[in-house]
Amino acid sequence: MKSFKQIFTEAENKITGIAAAPGIVISKVYLFTKEKIKINDGEITDIDEAISNFNEALVKSKKELNKIFAIAKEKMEATRAAIFEAQVMILDDPILIENIINRIKSEKRQPEYIVNDEISKYQDLMRLSHESYMKERAQDIEDIKNRIIRNLQKRRWKSKITNDLIVVSDSLTPADTILLSRCNVKGFVTDHGGVTSHAAIISRSLNIPAVVGTHNATTTIKDGDNIIVDGFHGYILVNPTEEQIIFFRKKLIHLIELQKGLEEFKDKPAMTNDGHEIQLMANVDVTGEVDVVISSGAKGVGLYRTEQILEELGEFPDELEQTTIYSRLSSRIYPDDIIIRAFDIGGDKVKFLDFEEPNPFLGLRGIRILLENKVIFKTQIKAVLKASKDKNVQFMLPMVSTIGEIQRSKELIEECKKELKHDKIPFDKNMKVGIMIEVPAAAVMAKEFAMEVDFLSIGTNDLIQYLMAVDRGNDFVSDLYQEFSPAVVRTISHIVNEANKAGKTVSLCGEMAGDTLAIPLLVGLGLNSLSLSPSTIPYAKRIISKFSFVKAKELSDDCLCCSTETEIQQKIEHFFKINNITRTRNII
Amino acid sequence: MMIEKTVKIVNNAGLHTRPAATIVKLASKYKCDFNILKDGLNINGKSIIGVMTLAAEMGSELLLTFDGVDEKEASEEISDYFNRGFDEL
Repeated sequence: MKSFKQIFTEAENKITGIAAAPGIVISKVYLFTKEKIKINDGEITDIDEAISNFNEALVKSKKELNKIFAIAKEKMEATRAAIFEAQVMILDDPILIENIINRIKSEKRQPEYIVNDEISKYQDLMRLSHESYMKERAQDIEDIKNRIIRNLQKRRWKSKITNDLIVVSDSLTPADTILLSRCNVKGFVTDHGGVTSHAAIISRSLNIPAVVGTHNATTTIKDGDNIIVDGFHGYILVNPTEEQIIFFRKKLIHLIELQKGLEEFKDKPAMTNDGHEIQLMANVDVTGEVDVVISSGAKGVGLYRTEQILEELGEFPDELEQTTIYSRLSSRIYPDDIIIRAFDIGGDKVKFLDFEEPNPFLGLRGIRILLENKVIFKTQIKAVLKASKDKNVQFMLPMVSTIGEIQRSKELIEECKKELKHDKIPFDKNMKVGIMIEVPAAAVMAKEFAMEVDFLSIGTNDLIQYLMAVDRGNDFVSDLYQEFSPAVVRTISHIVNEANKAGKTVSLCGEMAGDTLAIPLLVGLGLNSLSLSPSTIPYAKRIISKFSFVKAKELSDDCLCCSTETEIQQKIEHFFKINNITRTRNII
Repeated sequence: MMIEKTVKIVNNAGLHTRPAATIVKLASKYKCDFNILKDGLNINGKSIIGVMTLAAEMGSELLLTFDGVDEKEASEEISDYFNRGFDEL
């Protein structure tokens, strides 16, 4: 049989990208285009259905805008807020709606065509004006027009995409990924994005193979093509030959056998061969993922990303909804612990402000937004407290960069406790509160910050991004996003040592924990707790069982003396070799 | 019967988004028809997107027409709002 290298070198139908989520899949393609809005001007037969679709799109758009509005109001100057108000009013404009509905009835064409045509008429008039602000206003109207059209079309693609396809797209927002995964998508391929783009993270947690950053997938692959996606190596084969299909079918069978073999690790603790136990917890992105968590053999949830609820619901859930979600999770996970992280909004996650920040990653995100919007923050704190009554819930604050932020958050938590106590609602009085260490300032100050809280959790994605000053989603610089940079390794070591000095526990919950190559190094650095994608946990257990803590410590001591990423990678690869550890991607 | 009133835009910023929204909100309280005429363009005053399209800058003149049972009250309240320079003077 040919080797993988041979197969791939000979292939003329290959596309190379970044391996973002492991697995192999052979299936047909659904080309998901959303950047350019295409208007369907086709004729319709069912007028009632068209009108009800139009009304539904209006309701959906209103819901979205109100979500944006809820927060924007507190933050924005009145002039900008007025634009939102006007946008909401347009969705209620009786004349506009009447005209559109009348035209749907008389012209019998797709509502999206009529909406586009009708609203564009007003925009043309606005663009005629010599006032520059009127031209800008035409742009505001463009937003609302596209929002309605998008909501009209979402209905259509949901019914158009059939099950069991591989989605190929320019880029995918976290919301797209979640929506599409409901159609039992088999794989994801994108032109843009890196390993730590949120879409890649979600693919991993949903166990869907993904290759990202291909640059040209959408121009090379056509709708309905048959493709092979190799999410271990980051390769795609378009309309594969018989030989390639046979080769990958064999790999798939091999993979399934290997995964069965991993099941023996499920109920065993993650332990080095000299008896040092590592707590492996699961990261949870999507509420429906708990089953995967439980079957993975995770020891609790080390990171529950609550902002995903916003993605799923499209709006801020109220206290009751949140309490229900958190309580259900905590009781499913019981007696293990679940660490619930406060909404981490901003950056590339959950864009709810309609104005562009010049520098979103250095702007209003994480705890900064929450402290500005106390109503939302307190609603969440109370829901988390209510879910803590069985004492297995911990609460974690994202993007902390000063002690003041911790203190103000703690004051709010105390306020919420008082209010619950007053209402005689049960909760865990001693619920542990911790912080994410993902801003370099917090890393430097780890000991002092740790004194203020019960635990620290290192978020490597943002920590590396801020430490290396590199946008992880930007293909041009994403090779500077170095997990094994000596600066990263030394920073993690510093945080662990400082947390120990303060006598507080420290864990690591970034994507680095899910990179099987990083595991011996992290164990050696003294991390006793890692939180990773549930699908990676069995692989991680297998690797941990193959080395000793003493050896891992030697490895990390060595790595702390290195001055380049290459040196560190070589040392780790050497470690894998001499300890006879094979990574799954190398077995397949 | 129909009431016609000519009004002039007197505030610096003109008929921008905030006053447009206020005009529509005021007009929606009344049963009567309310139209705004400017440069041959006839806009329904209860339509926010229409009023936004008017692009009336400072100094421009508009003709307001009111037709219906409560036209008197409507014409007074709305033309008054124009004359106050949308409370931006």
